[in-house]
Amino acid sequence: MKLDSKIPEGPLAEKWEKHKFNLKLVNPANKRKYDIIVVGTGLAGSSAAASLAELGYNVKAFCFQDSPRRAHSIAAQGGINAAKNYRNDGDSVYRLFYDTIKGGDYRAREGNVYRLAQVSVNIIDQCVAQGVPFAREYGGLLDNRSFGGAQVSRTFYARGQTGQQLLLGAYSALNRQIAAGKVTMYNRTEMLDLVVVDGKARGIITRDLVTGKIEAHSGHAVLLCTGGYGNVFFLSTNAKGSNASAIWRAHKKGALFANPCFTQIHPTCIPVSGDHQSKLTLMSESLRNDGRVWVPKVARPGLKAKDAANIPESERDYFLERKYPSFGNLVPRDVASRNAKYACDEGKGVGSGLAVFLDFADAIKRDGKKIIEAKYGNLFDMYQQITGDNPYEVPMMIYPAVHYTMGGLWVDYNLMTTIPGCYALGEANFSDHGANRLGASALMQGLADGYFVIPSTIGDYLANLGWSDKVSADHPAFKEALANVNARLGQLLGIKGKKTVDQLHRELGLTMWEYCGMSRTEEGLKKAKVKIQELRDEFWNNVNILGSGNELNQELEKAGRVADFMELGELMVDDALHRSESCGGHFREESQTPDGEALRNDDKFAYVGAWEYRADNQPEVLHKEELLYENVKLTQRSYK
Amino acid sequence: MKITLKVWRQKDNNSKGAFKTYQLDHVSSDMSFLEMFDVLNNDLVQKGEEPIAFDHDCREGICGMCSMYINGRPHGPLQTTTCQLHMRSFKDGETITVEPWRAAAFPVLKDLVVDRSAFDRINQAGGYVSVNTGGVPDANEIPIPKADADKAFDAAACIACGACVAACKNASAMLFVSAKISQLALLPQGQPERKTRAEKMVAQMDAEGFGSCTNTLACEAECPKGISVTNIARMNREYYGAKFSSENV
Amino acid sequence: MNWFTNFFSSSIGRKLVMALTGLFLILFLVVHLAGNLQLLLNDGGKAFNIYAHTMTSNIFIKIVGYVNYTMILLHVIWAIWLTRTNKTSRPVGYAVSKNSSTWSSRNMGILGTLILLFLVFHLQGFWYRMHWGPIDTVSYDGEEYRNLYAVVDFAYSHLWYTAIYVISMAILAFHLYHGFGSAFQTLGLNHVKYNPVIKFIGVAFAIIVPALFALIPIVMFLN
Ligand SMILES: Cc1cc2nc3c(=O)[nH]c(=O)nc-3n(C[C@H](O)[C@H](O)[C@H](O)COP(=O)(O)OP(=O)(O)OC[C@H]3O[C@@H](n4cnc5c(N)ncnc54)[C@H](O)[C@@H]3O)c2cc1C
Ligand code: HEM
Ligand code: FES
Repeated sequence: MKLDSKIPEGPLAEKWEKHKFNLKLVNPANKRKYDIIVVGTGLAGSSAAASLAELGYNVKAFCFQDSPRRAHSIAAQGGINAAKNYRNDGDSVYRLFYDTIKGGDYRAREGNVYRLAQVSVNIIDQCVAQGVPFAREYGGLLDNRSFGGAQVSRTFYARGQTGQQLLLGAYSALNRQIAAGKVTMYNRTEMLDLVVVDGKARGIITRDLVTGKIEAHSGHAVLLCTGGYGNVFFLSTNAKGSNASAIWRAHKKGALFANPCFTQIHPTCIPVSGDHQSKLTLMSESLRNDGRVWVPKVARPGLKAKDAANIPESERDYFLERKYPSFGNLVPRDVASRNAKYACDEGKGVGSGLAVFLDFADAIKRDGKKIIEAKYGNLFDMYQQITGDNPYEVPMMIYPAVHYTMGGLWVDYNLMTTIPGCYALGEANFSDHGANRLGASALMQGLADGYFVIPSTIGDYLANLGWSDKVSADHPAFKEALANVNARLGQLLGIKGKKTVDQLHRELGLTMWEYCGMSRTEEGLKKAKVKIQELRDEFWNNVNILGSGNELNQELEKAGRVADFMELGELMVDDALHRSESCGGHFREESQTPDGEALRNDDKFAYVGAWEYRADNQPEVLHKEELLYENVKLTQRSYK
Repeated sequence: MKITLKVWRQKDNNSKGAFKTYQLDHVSSDMSFLEMFDVLNNDLVQKGEEPIAFDHDCREGICGMCSMYINGRPHGPLQTTTCQLHMRSFKDGETITVEPWRAAAFPVLKDLVVDRSAFDRINQAGGYVSVNTGGVPDANEIPIPKADADKAFDAAACIACGACVAACKNASAMLFVSAKISQLALLPQGQPERKTRAEKMVAQMDAEGFGSCTNTLACEAECPKGISVTNIARMNREYYGAKFSSENV
Repeated sequence: MNWFTNFFSSSIGRKLVMALTGLFLILFLVVHLAGNLQLLLNDGGKAFNIYAHTMTSNIFIKIVGYVNYTMILLHVIWAIWLTRTNKTSRPVGYAVSKNSSTWSSRNMGILGTLILLFLVFHLQGFWYRMHWGPIDTVSYDGEEYRNLYAVVDFAYSHLWYTAIYVISMAILAFHLYHGFGSAFQTLGLNHVKYNPVIKFIGVAFAIIVPALFALIPIVMFLN
């Protein structure tokens, strides 16, 4: 299979404009004859569903929560990037493009990323027009901050709830179309399979999570906007329901899965407090703008936050400031995370041993409590609520946690997967972040995909297809898919083993974290592969799901998702194993510089690794999309 | 810690429900309230008993999905979401009663899970600014006084969990609805549709079967996001103004 | 339904009726109190009887009176309507309830009903007698007046009668304790600068006015 990224020819800055011109258009009067299925109504899905409905298409949208407004996007705290250069600090589309490519450790496509930087500007305009209450300055204009290691202030934010406000904006646009009858919204409905007929995506199979009813929906195109799969690790900052099922089923129907092992580990999360831990809470990394990361120079096992003040300045190791004098505490996420792990590996971790301090004492001394409170008040409150410690008085404790998955379904420049008619948007695709995502860029990508890219690119496919070319939901392929879904649910319910879904999921998560987490070795990954296979076997023989399929059954929902994680986990390990370089979020211990920094291997690995599913329990096949860099020079990242 | 839990169990919307009592012997005070439920559910499954259904997703206090009425208060003893409540807020040996939100407009779907789609329908009635994607002015074209933007944000911080409805003796949704109406009434973007928005959203709120506001202020006291009842006053003004001056007869 | 009826049957419109009628009744209470306080003048009831006479004969005051009856009726009818639909909004209650609101605010319906019962009793006892009942007359400066003062004086010589009045005023106090401020919120009058003022006046009003009303039967009983 030849992977054609469909990146348009021509100079970087003209690619998108030219491409839009070359795409076929659907006659406005015909748009209402097309049915588009949008699975997932987070930032990517809501914005896509609303924008497509505005154009005139009929949209059916699905989410598993009780309302689109609850999608995981709601939890994003820090902000969204845009190359507005409102600060006159030297920002530009090109700089945002460059930073994102470099931040992604040169594993993303130039063309895609440049387009992302271009439309970033429109996103802010769009959101403001919807009434999103971004932070403002006293003069009434929009405020910006520097975020996640960027050296310009290009991040727009709405206190610590940017994702919430952006999602509510997209949700309001979606609501408007629901009211207009252009979008039919299916809440509490989960997609369980993709239906492919003669090589084209034609619809989906869903389960109504309240009644258990299994249904077929057909359409001219299917958009998967179902978010990331960080919950493979059981513990992550993702919402509990975040899952890979939709994209995994699409993968098994022929969509290639790109760079599955590229996982982002976020440095500023609240450490695990015990075996009962069900998820990890992220503290926005904007905290690193003022907080200083440190551990004691000599190991002090069990050191509590309230005793931190007893450690004199001379006995503290501000390890990020020491190792990376120019970026200090603002190094990218992967660097900050890895260094925290090293400190703990050396036994210098504080608290449970798996934590480092993030200290605001100096910032409070410098700026006063009021300013710090204005900036981080809600984060501090959240921290205190969860841990019982007051960060105005004692340092926070933080530890890295899985946060984002750069990998996802392989898509071309049009966001189409390798299955014609099946698209992937937002975190569900692999497209723009390479091996590591910069802060405040996921929101940007999700909205870019939904508001500005898909409305242009989908028309080309639809126009070529023709509105009369639609497969009805009575087609035998749908019947077959329905039967398969029912059989699988029946199988899960029939196992009646001894372990709960959560127990098995937790075991999978521990294995993934241990061997396919912050740093990886060939030996460990090989071990993990065997372990995952064993776990998967155990899952299918020993899981216990009570109740039936004809009712609200949360264990059954979880089981379906974990079953897919059990397969995806192995693919992540395969991908990590084959990529014997260190890059971005993927740190291979065998590939490092003499002073312990990540060592990329551009000669061998400057490609997108896209995996093809063949059959159950058969190795997946790797396809490579070579990455061409015509505009930026590949350099080793250095934050010294 | 030892905890006795009295939990509302109900098979589905058509069945009658009842309280069931559970004993938990090894609860850590660092657990979140929902983690305590995870542990209980895990035990139940292993005993062959169906686990308790409850809504949750982000477990960070922002998605608004979690919704338990704990010991007589929505989201329990602290002014926060259920998922952000920790067992350290309870005493060893305490009996905790957990019920679903109770409101005609929020039918119980199972155990502690209720249907809050009424909130979506209210927003669909007018909780938006009618702009299409594209063709909008530059974001800095309209300066907005910081004070207004801040007030709009305060209202927009609502997470639609429904604690206001659960807390109100009339199961009134005024705090929720007024937060949206206020956000958009405070911003220049919301002006063109200001009147119809107020009229339509209130009409939908009434059609859903939520009660009126007696101004007991229980909603504000229980709101995990601190949404203020000044929004309700603003909504009242907006509504009177709209009803008496709009051209919708 | 046209917009007008639609408005007054909406959740917010119905509350506007409550607030406007309630505030009118509050004003009425002030006027009524001013009149009643004349019962405490040591003039054998002269000022009070003349006042009572004017209240029943002056055409302007008669109109105000009818407005007042209408207001009470509206307040009561809307109260019943509102309270009943509010109840249907929560058909199934909670097993355990800890309240984060004042008792008065949660029991306006009960308080109102008790006030209504009191009103019936009160009107029957004084207002009805004054208008249509058998009643003695007195003459001041050659003019005949119905001696309502005597009726009142006689009534308040009974402990149970006085007690009913005092208790009812306590009930009114609770109704006003919530109602006064609530009416402003309903009208949309909520402002950081004035909220404390409204709150203060509301509480003061809820205590002072019923207290003065209650003082009258107490003093007359003790005399
Ligand atoms: C705590 C946290 C903070 C973050 N902060 C930032 C930040 O500051 N800046 C930034 O740029 N990024 C941030 N991110 C990343 C960013 O929030 C996400 O990457 C982004 O919101 C993903 O959006 P999405 O639309 O792709 O998916 P989601 O928002 O995850 O939406 C997924 C949707 O798919 C639906 N769905 C999933 N599976 C199915 C199925 N099988 N059937 C039906 N529906 C399904 C869900 O119901 C949901 O509607 C943060 C992430 C986290 C976890
Ligand atoms: C002198 C007599 C009365 C006065 C001064 C008075 C005043 C008020 C005021 C100011 C309010 C607040 C309105 C608002 O919240 O906007 C109110 C509410 C109320 N009143 Fe009265 N009232 C009186 C008599 C009655 C009577 C006789 C009833 C009989 C049923 C009654 C029932 C109610 C109820 C139920 C409410 C609360 C409505 C709600 O918000 O749910 N009141 N009253
Ligand atoms: S689970 Fe999201 S707010 Fe509690």
